Amino acid sequence: MNTLSLVPVWTLILGAGIFFYVLLDGFDLGVGMLYGFMPNTKSRNIVMNAIAPIWDGNETWLVLGGLALLAAFPLAFAIIIPALYFPILVMLLALVFRGVAFEFRFRDAEHKTFWDRGFSYGSTIATLAQGIMLGAFIQGFKVESRVFAGSVFDFLTPFSILTGIALVFGYGLLGAGWLVLKTEGEIQDRARRYGRVCLGGVLIAILLVSIWTPLMSDAISKRWFSWPNILVLSPVPVATVLVAGITWRTLNGASQSGTFIGAIGLFALSYSGIAISLWPMIVPHHYTLDQAASSPSTQAFLLVGTLFLLPIILVYSGWSYWVFRGKVRPDVGY
Amino acid sequence: MDETAVLLSRLQFAWVIGWHILMPAFTVGMASYIAILEGLHVVTGRDVYLRISMFWIRIFSVAFGVGVVTGVVMPFQIGTNWSRYADAAGNVVGPLFAYEGLTAFFLEAAFLGVLLFGRKLVPPWAHFVAALMVASGTLFSSFWILAANSWMQTPAGYEVIDGRFFPKDWIDVIFNPSFPFRLAHTVTGFYVNTGFVVLGIAGWLISNKRSVEEARVMLSMTLWLLTFLVPLQIFLGDQHGLNTAEHQPAKLAAIEARWNTERSFPLALFAIPDPANETNRYAIEVPYLGSLILTHSLDGEIKGLKAFEPDDRPPVAIPFFAFRIMVGIGFLMLALVATSLWLRYRRRLFDSPWFLRGSMAMSPLGFVAVLAGWVTTEVGRQPWTVYGLLRTVDSVAPSLKGGDVLGSLLAYMAVYLIIYPSAVLIAARLVRNGPATVPVPVAPIESGRPSAPVHVELLQQGKSL
Ligand code: HDD
Ligand code: HEM
Ligand code: HEM
Repeated sequence: MNTLSLVPVWTLILGAGIFFYVLLDGFDLGVGMLYGFMPNTKSRNIVMNAIAPIWDGNETWLVLGGLALLAAFPLAFAIIIPALYFPILVMLLALVFRGVAFEFRFRDAEHKTFWDRGFSYGSTIATLAQGIMLGAFIQGFKVESRVFAGSVFDFLTPFSILTGIALVFGYGLLGAGWLVLKTEGEIQDRARRYGRVCLGGVLIAILLVSIWTPLMSDAISKRWFSWPNILVLSPVPVATVLVAGITWRTLNGASQSGTFIGAIGLFALSYSGIAISLWPMIVPHHYTLDQAASSPSTQAFLLVGTLFLLPIILVYSGWSYWVFRGKVRPDVGY
Repeated sequence: MDETAVLLSRLQFAWVIGWHILMPAFTVGMASYIAILEGLHVVTGRDVYLRISMFWIRIFSVAFGVGVVTGVVMPFQIGTNWSRYADAAGNVVGPLFAYEGLTAFFLEAAFLGVLLFGRKLVPPWAHFVAALMVASGTLFSSFWILAANSWMQTPAGYEVIDGRFFPKDWIDVIFNPSFPFRLAHTVTGFYVNTGFVVLGIAGWLISNKRSVEEARVMLSMTLWLLTFLVPLQIFLGDQHGLNTAEHQPAKLAAIEARWNTERSFPLALFAIPDPANETNRYAIEVPYLGSLILTHSLDGEIKGLKAFEPDDRPPVAIPFFAFRIMVGIGFLMLALVATSLWLRYRRRLFDSPWFLRGSMAMSPLGFVAVLAGWVTTEVGRQPWTVYGLLRTVDSVAPSLKGGDVLGSLLAYMAVYLIIYPSAVLIAARLVRNGPATVPVPVAPIESGRPSAPVHVELLQQGKSL
């Protein structure tokens, strides 16, 4: 029965699913944050329109990520989620405000400013909460006999606050990249300006996190600095510096898609950096992917459908992006 | 184990799912109704169906938006508050929830856009297909979520190893004993609920002489549907109850407030259950009727609550009253449908003001019945989350303190009390505009969620969408 383990397959699916979520909802949360800086109703309309048709599909990856974690690694779900009680609460409520703003803002003309704020603050708070969760996850949780044994406030540390702020800059950069791609003229200039600020913030954050994590954990510092790992892994930081340089140039040049691609590159590198640090733990310091996995029958039952449905889902999601390709213009709307 | 954390977590779960379910209770039925209208438009070519469909699509999109954001809250509840349950049952229920995401949520998200804004860009048949896909998405969603819930009510196809549940036979897990009944009764209930909403609004439009042509079509069509569905719903409820008697006897005893195991027992129409003395006060009973309804024979027997350890008994008063509210509404609905048949025969369906007023008054009752039914089901399952196997007190995340849950509960209350009234106000405004004022959409939008600026631009040009 156990000859063929599905754990690697599920690790891949979950890893890819979370990365998809981070990129997709990342850019639309980023756009939501930058929305708050737009000077007038007209530019806000364009900015919201740059994501209105696709945000819901993007957020569905969050639901799928949570549910796939429950199904494929229930033990990890049962430890991590309660440990993050308050950041999850805050994220969910922020997403509620942000999500209904798309509907309510235009039907409820009298209260436009309230829902406008709900949209930009909601996006910012949800991002901050996600970044804090990431930091708390990297630091690890107190676990006794299969349950989270710490306090619900353990998540709040200087490190997790740093990662929270880092993610705000990170999603901001993705959002700016998306706006450079989708808009032109004055809004695009603004997006480039905000993009430069965010890129600066992201680089400082990556540097701080890269120094802090190995200091915080012996295992992580051994992973990166022991021989021959240091040689094998050195391309990660080198590539990060390179991609950062290229992204900076696209922000100052004429490139339309370069910034967005560069931002994706930076996310991919940071993501792999975290994966390298933590592998093969899914509950850091306590449980490996194998130990937290659900039964082979559970994983097999879900895998059959997933392998069939995921490509179809990717096709329709891709199609809806394709339908909305090109610049958003005020005169033609979508 | 912190007892207040358990109690407050239960309240919180009831709060968030109680609000969430109100949206599917409307959107599941509405998605199918829209698909039917679009289909009729394609087949008959009559514009009136198109105008009705476009009217409801706008209201649908508001309800759907709220359904999505409150839905996203739901799976996280299972982790934040019920993590012990997640660890114990994740191997079995995890894939059922995940399949809901894979089969339903992506489908809805992708095709909703075409439904809302693609009319001008895709051929009519493709638009109809989009409507069908959204409707199918909502039904797939109901299928999986009710499979998971029914498994918690009547677990099957599992084995227990070290206190945790593992799947043995997936067909048995999904098609567990109460699932067919719960699926049929719930989805029919959602359709009935949607029907009464449409009926009430059609009644209002006719009474106020707005969009009378459309409103008459809505009223007549919906009443035919309800003539068939309301009796069906009562029949399915009866079957559901027989199934409960077989698989969850303690729940049934609580629903009927029966303390003793008896033959030929009466039906309590009203009573104040008194758990301390294991008896009922102020009971109004009809002899033999209990046996007749619950066992379909005059001398049938059911188990009373005293046959169960006090620790294993559900609360009595809540299921008892909630059930009577639901059944009462069911029979009121039946009365309205019967009246409509008589009025139709007398050709007075559209011009009996008292009937139109009655329809308006009954419009929100479907929501009440759905909530009451779910309260019966879930409170009657207590003190278990997985019936007979995993207790509610053993399901809660052990790290939670009462104060933490109080904080989160208050936050959910505050936010939902802002969102829901706003949604109702917005929907009411759409209703007031009525179907006839809806112009054919001019904007070339093909997909995605309400693409807002277009609305604004139209509004600026003095049009509404
Ligand atoms: C419009 C909605 C509606 C109406 C008119 C009725 N029901 Fe219902 N009922 C539901 C909507 C509903 C529901 C919300 O959909 C429930 C909750 C869980 C479930 O399976 O369906 C439910 C649960 C439910 C249960 C609980 C089963 C269990 O949990 O074990 C029983 C026994 C009945 N119903 C029986 C009836 C009867 C005899 C009715 C006749 C008048 C009736 N219902 C009308
Ligand atoms: C623990 C219980 C529940 C969970 C975890 C849950 C989860 C969710 C989630 C995550 C969404 C958002 C989908 C999206 O992003 O597009 C959603 C919406 C939806 N849910 Fe629930 N749900 C629960 C209860 C129910 C029940 C009982 C039903 C029906 C019987 C239901 C039917 C729907 C439907 C039809 C939608 C689509 C949106 C809408 O129509 O309002 N849900 N649910
Ligand atoms: C698959 C879906 C569902 C799951 C996993 C689920 C699970 C739970 C859990 C874990 C609890 C807390 C323990 C308890 O007090 O029973 C609960 C309670 C409750 N649920 Fe469900 N439930 C589901 C569907 C629903 C639906 C659709 C409703 C509709 C309104 C609902 C209404 C309630 C209520 C009212 C309570 C409170 C019961 C009490 O306080 O005694 N549930 N459910």
